[in-house]
Amino acid sequence: MKIEIRDLRFTYPTGLEALQGVSLVVEPGEQVAIVGQNGAGKTTLVRHFNGLLQAAAGSVLIGEWDPKKYSVAKLASRVGYVFQNPDEQLFSKDVGTEVKFGPRNLGYAKEKIDELVQRALSLTELSDKTETNPYDLSPTWRKMVALASVIAMDTPIVIFDEPTTGQDALNVARIAHVIAELRREGKTVITITHDIDFCAENFERVIAMSKGRILLDGPAREILGQEHILAQTYVDPPQLTRLGKKLGLKETVRNQVEFLEIYKNHRNK
Amino acid sequence: MAFINLQNVTYKYPLTKTPVLQNINLQVNEGEFIAVVGPNGAGKSTLCYTLAGFVPHFFKGEISGSVEVAGRESSKSTLDEWVRNVGLAFQNPFNQISGAKYTVFEEIAFGLENNGVPREEIKPRVEEALSLTDISDLADRSPYSLSGGQQQRVALTSILVMRPKLLVLDEPTSQMDPIGTREVFGVVRKMAEGGMTVVMVEHKMEWIAQFADRVIALQDGKILLEGKPNELLTSDLLSENGFGISRYTSTAREAKKQGLWKSEKLPVTLDEAAEGFKP
Repeated sequence: MKIEIRDLRFTYPTGLEALQGVSLVVEPGEQVAIVGQNGAGKTTLVRHFNGLLQAAAGSVLIGEWDPKKYSVAKLASRVGYVFQNPDEQLFSKDVGTEVKFGPRNLGYAKEKIDELVQRALSLTELSDKTETNPYDLSPTWRKMVALASVIAMDTPIVIFDEPTTGQDALNVARIAHVIAELRREGKTVITITHDIDFCAENFERVIAMSKGRILLDGPAREILGQEHILAQTYVDPPQLTRLGKKLGLKETVRNQVEFLEIYKNHRNK
Repeated sequence: MAFINLQNVTYKYPLTKTPVLQNINLQVNEGEFIAVVGPNGAGKSTLCYTLAGFVPHFFKGEISGSVEVAGRESSKSTLDEWVRNVGLAFQNPFNQISGAKYTVFEEIAFGLENNGVPREEIKPRVEEALSLTDISDLADRSPYSLSGGQQQRVALTSILVMRPKLLVLDEPTSQMDPIGTREVFGVVRKMAEGGMTVVMVEHKMEWIAQFADRVIALQDGKILLEGKPNELLTSDLLSENGFGISRYTSTAREAKKQGLWKSEKLPVTLDEAAEGFKP
């Protein structure tokens, strides 16, 4: 499902101009990472996709829908949103009920609900925890419950707001696996992240925001090498990209495989 | 004598079966900057709570062994006495913000007010703290109107303003942008140079290696390893046990297998990696 944003502006009641004219198009099935300094407007932008915020000026289209004309409940069938802090979205007495809540609200048939819930639980490795109260789980697993409860809704667009915050290496790998699986299913995934290495390893397109505007937007390889522009929005290139630069490699490197490959050629010259 | 002295500390939360901390022994000198690393569920936050007195005073549960900070024993002190020496910034800044104040400035003044600091002293101290963490421009905003990373800076600042002898930070940069993260490490380093003792839970190995004096690796409630950052953070034991490691370390380890990395020592930082990979 296509997302089209034209000259979007939003000002908070405090007078803070959080979005100062943002335009972008996300094609169906694209995987996009949004990076940028704290307060750049990343969360404000994505909250327009599912109607949590409404455009003050400019337009938003989710498929052919204008979010202003649909309720948040209705928009939830198109856009799933995993909050930065899982505690802001979990409320059920056990994991099973929590994960079932979304698809049930969307009015799917019982068999489909069961299938979606099972799939979401197994993808997030929660199948053995369905009877546990989410608040008896560690913050790590609560994050996975939040992910599962949104994935189970089977929306064409899924938004993750800083999914790797406070997660250890093992869980970051689990989250990367979930995102890869959604890509395989043809879902559009939009992820806000400060973890630039995670961004480099899992996303093909990167948008860098700064002060309510889009600073850079393009293929990860082009964007992640632009050290000086990224610095304007408090982002460092990924570790291996920086290393490649420092060693004078010609191409921008994003991950270990690329680094070793390009480094080998460089050395043999 | 060590500034922090933990002897055989074992702790179990109420209602849980297994202890979260098991037989922890740790000595830290005044002005030392200690980083604590470990997988989720290793006991890192519980260690922070123990140093900050929340364990056992607030959480109750069963504790054995002794916890000493600045020559005082935790079990023999009240929480009120304890917080005059120790400040803790929570993992989730949202849990820390008082909810009783309208502006960031007032939020940061809250702790000083509670400790009875005279009014004329509060204002300059808050201003100084705001500029230290570079959030003077947020002073008049509501703490709840801020982004995650900005809230995290406010949470940190509201502890720094108290000038604790021991600063305990539980993943203080988890929601911060990369350059903001580096700045926070710099501020914390400066505090340690000034004599503040720091214990900081973090996952970001590259910055730990550059800023911390010593690293403690926790796993399953026990200290698995402890040592100098560049030695400990490249240990095979860490990657084998699911600890996060820097991309420089993992890439050099793979390069070594392919004969592309010659040095015995693996890198943690950009400079170390660039040095080793230089043809």
